[in-house]
Amino acid sequence: MSDAPPKSTVTVTIDGKELEAKPGELVIDAAERDGVYIPRFCYHHRMKPVGMCRMCLVEIDTGRGPALQPSCMIPVSDGMKVDTTSERTKKAQDGVLEFLLINHPLDCPVCDKGGECPLQDQTMAYGPGESRFIEEKRHYEKPVAISELVYLDRERCILCDRCTRFAKEVAGDPLIHFINRGANTEVNTFPDEPFRSYFSGNTVQICPVGALTAAPYRFRARPWDLEEVESTCQGCAVGCSVTVQSSRNRVLRSLGVDNDAVNWSWLCDRGRFNFEAVNHPDRLGEPMVRKGGQLQQVRWSEALAAAARAIRTAVADQGPQSVAVLGGARLSNESQYAWAKLAKAVIGTDNTDAQLGDGLPADLVQSLPRATIAQACAPKGTIVLLGPDPKEQLPVLYLRLRHAIVEDGAKLVEIGAAPTGLTKHASQSVRCLPGDLAEAVRSLLDRGFMKADAGPVTVVVGRPALSEDATAIAAATSMLHEALPEARFLPALVRGNVFGALDMGLAPGLLPGRQVVGERSELAEAWQSVPKDRGLDATGILQAAAAGQIEVLVLLGADPVNDFPDRSLAERALEGASTVIAVDQFLTDSSSRAHVVLAAAGWAEVDGTTTNLEGRVLPLRQKVTPPGAARADWMIATELALRLDGDLGVDSIDSIWQEIRRLCPSHRDLDVTDDGGLAFGTSVPFAAVKAPTVRALDPSALRLVAGRRMYDGAVLTTHSPSLAALIESPTVRLHPEDFAGLGIEPGRQVRVSSPAGSIELAAVADPTVGRGTAAIVANVPGAEVNRLISVDSAVTDVRIDTMAARD
Amino acid sequence: MAPPIVHIVCERFRYPDSHTLDRYLATGGYEGLRRALARTPEDVHEEVRNANLLGRGGAGFPAGVKWGFAPAGVWPRYLVVNGDESEIGTYKDRPLMERDPHQLIEGCLIACYAAGLSQCFLYIRGEMALAQERVAQALNDAYAAGYIGRNILGSNFSVDICLHWGAGAYIVGEETALIESLEGNRGMPRLKPPYFPAAIGLYGKPTIVNNIETLSNLPWLLRHGADAYKQYGSETSPGTRLFAISGHVKRPGVYEVQHGVTTFRDLFFDEQFCQGMRSGEHALKMFIPGGGSAPWFFPEQLDLPLEARPVGAAGSMLGSGAIVVMDDTTDAVQATLRVVRFFARESCGKCTPCREGTGWLETVLRRILDGHGRSSDIDLLLDIGDNISPGPYPSAGWEEAGVAPVPFPPRQTTICPLGPSAVAPVVSAIRRFRHEFEARITRRTVNIPFTVEPQEPAHV
Repeated sequence: MSDAPPKSTVTVTIDGKELEAKPGELVIDAAERDGVYIPRFCYHHRMKPVGMCRMCLVEIDTGRGPALQPSCMIPVSDGMKVDTTSERTKKAQDGVLEFLLINHPLDCPVCDKGGECPLQDQTMAYGPGESRFIEEKRHYEKPVAISELVYLDRERCILCDRCTRFAKEVAGDPLIHFINRGANTEVNTFPDEPFRSYFSGNTVQICPVGALTAAPYRFRARPWDLEEVESTCQGCAVGCSVTVQSSRNRVLRSLGVDNDAVNWSWLCDRGRFNFEAVNHPDRLGEPMVRKGGQLQQVRWSEALAAAARAIRTAVADQGPQSVAVLGGARLSNESQYAWAKLAKAVIGTDNTDAQLGDGLPADLVQSLPRATIAQACAPKGTIVLLGPDPKEQLPVLYLRLRHAIVEDGAKLVEIGAAPTGLTKHASQSVRCLPGDLAEAVRSLLDRGFMKADAGPVTVVVGRPALSEDATAIAAATSMLHEALPEARFLPALVRGNVFGALDMGLAPGLLPGRQVVGERSELAEAWQSVPKDRGLDATGILQAAAAGQIEVLVLLGADPVNDFPDRSLAERALEGASTVIAVDQFLTDSSSRAHVVLAAAGWAEVDGTTTNLEGRVLPLRQKVTPPGAARADWMIATELALRLDGDLGVDSIDSIWQEIRRLCPSHRDLDVTDDGGLAFGTSVPFAAVKAPTVRALDPSALRLVAGRRMYDGAVLTTHSPSLAALIESPTVRLHPEDFAGLGIEPGRQVRVSSPAGSIELAAVADPTVGRGTAAIVANVPGAEVNRLISVDSAVTDVRIDTMAARD
Repeated sequence: MAPPIVHIVCERFRYPDSHTLDRYLATGGYEGLRRALARTPEDVHEEVRNANLLGRGGAGFPAGVKWGFAPAGVWPRYLVVNGDESEIGTYKDRPLMERDPHQLIEGCLIACYAAGLSQCFLYIRGEMALAQERVAQALNDAYAAGYIGRNILGSNFSVDICLHWGAGAYIVGEETALIESLEGNRGMPRLKPPYFPAAIGLYGKPTIVNNIETLSNLPWLLRHGADAYKQYGSETSPGTRLFAISGHVKRPGVYEVQHGVTTFRDLFFDEQFCQGMRSGEHALKMFIPGGGSAPWFFPEQLDLPLEARPVGAAGSMLGSGAIVVMDDTTDAVQATLRVVRFFARESCGKCTPCREGTGWLETVLRRILDGHGRSSDIDLLLDIGDNISPGPYPSAGWEEAGVAPVPFPPRQTTICPLGPSAVAPVVSAIRRFRHEFEARITRRTVNIPFTVEPQEPAHV
């Protein structure tokens, strides 16, 4: 034997052509990379092969003579010969297609999948010309609604195990399964248990026939009538690659695109179906100005003049600090840059915050060494989860983390007040009361919880609950950074383009390119004028507004009344500001109180880029025109600047992007392909955050945990009819044993009160809720949990009282 | 003259209380285990390897060799006992469970000791209520008497035996489907490679899957030694083997015969076995030599010995030892449908060719029998078969017609052999009795009477 190092590739011959394949690679993948497409139905490259449909049978010779083998199950080996076109291969594939078709209804003209159906395509490409089957096909009742979003046609189903495998292996929601045997095998749900998975839409996308259809798209269009562009979902900060499809200027469907760095072709149902809001009749198409107490539609020139006048007056009378810009996470990077330049260079105020008091301190996020999703999911690594439930708030990140833990041997350590969707996969799950997170992390660190074999460590950190002040989480994060200098951080802020907003300087003390206000920089010079001092964050802005110190409050797609943890403060702030200017797509509880409303174009209506939680800049592309006269946010900023005697110096999205590439060190010369490009590096210094002092929990009270759910009162969810139906009714969930102490029965209507306010809702028992805590989902219509929270208190303790019986 | 009857696994069947622990102990029970425990596991393993004990589940693989396949140093490793006997015509494991459950338990313990297996799972077919009852009782008695559990018979050998009832699926007799079922999943076969159970089996651990009859041989083998065992049967197939004969013979039943030296003719016509065809005026038309999956044999194959290799070379298999004898009153088309329908009902639904193909074969046969056959149907049946099992399908030779045998096994487009099994009767019947199919199609009536007469109960 020679001492030559082992070959890193294996040589296989496919259809007479030699090629180098990766060891362990499946024949079907190796062939496809080489341009030989082997037909398949059950195989999906993001799931484990099952070898079920037998369509990918090819003749494989590993030295013992050619034999028909499923190419989706056989890894390449050195010297292997594969024949994908032999007589026997052809006969077997024809045979399988004929078998698949004998019971498949030939209703292509009325089938939603017709025109984009793998079975149809492969029948054309490989199948026999006519059927020898003259018997009756099998019949089932159809369609069956297996969930609110997905319909199943069992007659069309070819039993490829894709949807069932996805549900079990990828989503971890094994709610659909095969039942019965032989030709009577069917996919179905368990009795009375619908396929209620956050990821159910993926099964529709991967179904190789028209057996699964999604309620929002059924019978809306034929595939050949659709136009499409590749873009990025802005439903949360994961930034999944999608293709947006429209017909007659209406968005009709959004499909996942395989981005290896991000979403692996998956989407969550919220991201997949909230395009419905784009087409919603309540979208604002015209700007409005309040006249005689009523908002009235006006022309753009009048609305912009009113806005500019208010800002000019405020700056002249009270100085630039009397103007504040709240929000901006909905915008594209380019629009955020334009608004940051308008606020900081033209107006001169640093009172900008894209987060609404429900995130983490911007400078801490920007100063930590950032992880990519792939780094967080490193095989045999350790994931420390301090954040919100990824399954609820960053759903596709949940899929990636779950895969890393279940398949790749990564370990999960989660620390927090409430269980998450990943709890059952955690190697350690540490529960603490809200407010005690820093203490919990300190004691774990003292006990050396990070073992020597931890592998690469990634801390996923965000805001687990609105009711818990960000300081406690920031302090815990600081501790981990100091104790584990090698660890990387994946910030789990949730709003669509919140990371773009932070990178573009829509945060107090920050300038575009992850730079700090007050430092010399190329950007500061180019902008000529930048604020010298750090401004106020969202809480500070709202407090100042409530105290009458803010003249003009700009809501950049922000709805503080519903999203800010302290509803009372948000309401007082909107009243306290002399002029509220809302740039929005809908009239929300906040924008409906504005004096000037500027109609903004939204997702699928603008070009540009967006940034995900890794700092990956991904493309946004326009597919349809905005409603009415609604305008892109950057145009509104440019117009306002001109009316304020400023000039942003930009005239197109591309010109803004080029300026970003030129002036932002983190984005210097960044190229954005369909798969995105990673912005990296930061000049924001790390400053440790000290833990707040939290008073001990009074034994007669419960500590509030106001986490978020996937379907809540978010404006795009409530305006997507398919999703709005999935929003749960509000409840306060308590540990079953806490009921006894309170003297109430599960199911009863109760009053939950804190020093800040009280709300009424039903109490239910939930054993997953920690003892001593009361869980209420934030921002659910019908329960304004942010009435209970006050920014003056690091945590919120509540009392629960029975309500007098009502008639 | 047939070789004399020898009883190895059936030796206690003559006692009405053969299933009790008392009777078992009174007749040398657990003696084999005692002897095994007095030796090293390697030594016991060697003894079994020497005896060349062939697996009795169907594939006929030597048990001693199979035990050696578990990769070294991977723990735990399991013994799974395949008691899901459900091949058409097979009922030979059932009396072993019903009438001598302790012999099976002792066999399990010896196997675990010899192969270093830490736990045993006994999977018994769901429909066999009496077998489950008797094995459960025997397990309780054996636990109470200290034959199972911790420190068996005072040694430092400990093993647990766990009883599991099937839910009634033929395919679970396939070893990887059985493992899936044990794990609580739907019984569907796993693809091999990479999941040979010896390396990656139950719960992903090394797993030896043995048949009931195989294990029931071990107590005798350890009590009397490999040399005594090898005096019976042929050199390549030592010992005895159980055959379950059903159909048109005088005395159907389960017979223990010397392996490899007895012939089909002996079994069917010898006075100590089946005593010939059920009535004098009817002749043997065909027989299935090894369960419904086996291609059919005809009178020309009667003198083949009951041994895997010659039967395979002649175009069929001995399989699970189930022999179905059919005389000339049998309608070949009807018989084909009967077997095909079984496989169509029992297909697990995983592989397309089996799921759709077996059902299609059934409907075409049904249509032919209903008088709606078309002249293209015979070729259609053969071609559906070819799409499930490509290439020449194994079948018996027919010297008179100048037809050469096609040796076993068939090729398959499916994961497991269930789909190709449904092709066996189709190819066998069409190859030999094409005229009967043609008659059904063209004349739409046939003269072959199809009768079932009640028979005497089975004997052993």
